[in-house]
Amino acid sequence: MYSISRDKLDSLYSAIAENYDLFMPLKAAGKTNYGFWSEGAEGDIDTLKTIRSGKDAFFPQVEQLYTVNREFIPADVAGGEEAEKAADTPIRTKLSITPGKLVDHDFVVFGMRPCDVRGIEVMDNVYLKDPVDSYYKSRRDHGIVVALACHEPEESCFCTVFGIDPADPSKAKADVATWLIEDKLYWKPITEKGEALTAKLASMFEEDSQADAKVDAEKAAIENIAGQLPNAELSLEGWGAGKTDEKFDSPVWDKVYKGCLGCGTCTFVCPTCQCYDIKDYTTKDGIQRYRCWDSCMYSDFTLMAGGQNRQTQLQRFRQRFMHKLVYYPTNNDGMFMCVGCGRCVEKCPQSLNIVKVIKAFAKETKEVSADV
Amino acid sequence: MQELINRLKELLTDGTVVRAIGWKKGDMPYNPEPAYFTTPEELDDFVYDGFCGANLSKMMIEAGKLEGKTAVCLKPCDTYSFNQLIREHRVNRENAYIIGVGCRGKLDIEKAREAGIKGIKSISGVEIEGDGEVVFDTAYGQKTMDYKDLMLDRCHVCKGKDHVIFDEIIGESQDTGDADRFEEVRKIETMTPEERFAFFKSELSKCIRCNACRNVCPACSCRKCVFDNTKFDSQQKANVDSFEEKMFHIIRAFHVAGRCTDCGECSRVCPEGIPLHLFNRKFIKDIDDFYGEFQAGKDPEAQSPLTDYTFEDLEPKDAVGRGDK
Repeated sequence: MYSISRDKLDSLYSAIAENYDLFMPLKAAGKTNYGFWSEGAEGDIDTLKTIRSGKDAFFPQVEQLYTVNREFIPADVAGGEEAEKAADTPIRTKLSITPGKLVDHDFVVFGMRPCDVRGIEVMDNVYLKDPVDSYYKSRRDHGIVVALACHEPEESCFCTVFGIDPADPSKAKADVATWLIEDKLYWKPITEKGEALTAKLASMFEEDSQADAKVDAEKAAIENIAGQLPNAELSLEGWGAGKTDEKFDSPVWDKVYKGCLGCGTCTFVCPTCQCYDIKDYTTKDGIQRYRCWDSCMYSDFTLMAGGQNRQTQLQRFRQRFMHKLVYYPTNNDGMFMCVGCGRCVEKCPQSLNIVKVIKAFAKETKEVSADV
Repeated sequence: MQELINRLKELLTDGTVVRAIGWKKGDMPYNPEPAYFTTPEELDDFVYDGFCGANLSKMMIEAGKLEGKTAVCLKPCDTYSFNQLIREHRVNRENAYIIGVGCRGKLDIEKAREAGIKGIKSISGVEIEGDGEVVFDTAYGQKTMDYKDLMLDRCHVCKGKDHVIFDEIIGESQDTGDADRFEEVRKIETMTPEERFAFFKSELSKCIRCNACRNVCPACSCRKCVFDNTKFDSQQKANVDSFEEKMFHIIRAFHVAGRCTDCGECSRVCPEGIPLHLFNRKFIKDIDDFYGEFQAGKDPEAQSPLTDYTFEDLEPKDAVGRGDK
């Protein structure tokens, strides 16, 4: 295991940025969000949770898919009898289609928490399965993930419920595991990609004989706190693959959705929400086709000409949680589409969230069985 | 709080109302949620404490369409929003039973997080009747904060302790104002245009277009928002650049100008902590300067200066010119 002192972190960022694009938590206007580091940016790996998750690294909020350009060929060039009749109207056009650029160089995602790393696994199941999403895949092929242990977890965290270990990022599907403890960052490469990155940065690190002891103590401290958090014992019983019929028509939905504003906060801060919309910008000479994150909370989500799909907020609300806790697990060997990062717990304007939904159903089940 | 619960139970039981809108206990000590209550039993989950900051007046747009009367709990500042909604014919006064609830300032859990408080297990001192310090029991030990230091920014520029519309009042209120409402606006006015642009650019570049500010805003009550309309290019789901959001926020600010009561919900709910209220407050300050002091929602009969015309009105060219200084 290697280490680097905290006061050299800025030079570490510089050193990484010499060879790679560096995507990491940056503090700007008082808040910490992922962004591309450049000289002078304020890297912030102390803040436990960025407001948006790190999913932008592989699935950016907006992405250009292709551009269509229409070129008018004036009548006199095109020629012909028709052209002569309307000498100054263009009669032929030439269309050219330029695909969006795939990522073709390596980049580093630095400081990703184990929950967000699991979020990538969740998206992999959607975008790397047939049909493979080439835009996503190019980023996955070129991205190197440096995960960071969660020093001092917060009460909104419940990743352990999904079997995620906040204390040990080397168990996450990352390329490098790191721990930020007091005045040092401890660094442990896990995969080949991680080894290659470490080799390039070798001059930055020291071999640290005390590293293992320090890291073990930190792991124990994190585990101790994680076990005390209010949602550490949250039960997922009753959820998972094959529960569609059981849950879909439950009267509980009507009790839990009413406060929902129908905004997209929960979906946009979520590390696992991966739905998008495709739209066109009309430009002077054609269109730019792009995709952007969409939210199942919005009234126009998957809207069809006949006015379907989901016409009430209850239906939209149900969709979000059924997708995370039932539909996705049904299609992905029981894996849940929630990683317990707790961002929705912190950010919902109305204080609704997935934990409250799970608890409301558990309460109902208890009451029903008590009645019997 | 118990007095409030008892009264709501009474109103439900004697048939004065068929439902009540208030706050339901959260699963954390700081996250109660706006909720409907239809039976006295459901009211056992009712809570009203320092974290009940949500303005419930907008929920009355939908509740007012339902059969029978709805009791709604409104804090003094929320009643301005309700009046404004009456002015705009968006709520049905006849279908509302307004309980003016006491308020001594509402709290912002972000303030605790900024002070480094985390791993919260329980919180005391946030009761509506309380007074003094707020004590946090956390996984990292006990922490305390002054109630005032934990208050939402908007409560430091409180509109006063009086409910401007109500059927009955339960609990005492305090005027928690201890700052000048337009101080922040003045600070921005004294910036050079370049500084001002840089300030708003850095703040608005954080916007994730979740629309929480719009959806929570009592003045944003259009049945179909132009930004959601799939038939026009105005539907905005993506941004040309990181500052594209300025269009959305500036258009929204213009649209609510003269109608915004400065309830501060936009800034309260913004996940990125963007001080969105500054746009609205600039408009309010300008309206005050140009047409004389006006508080939207104070009087449901009053004509807004922007929808009224008098011979004394400022000429548009003079209003525009004043922005240049």
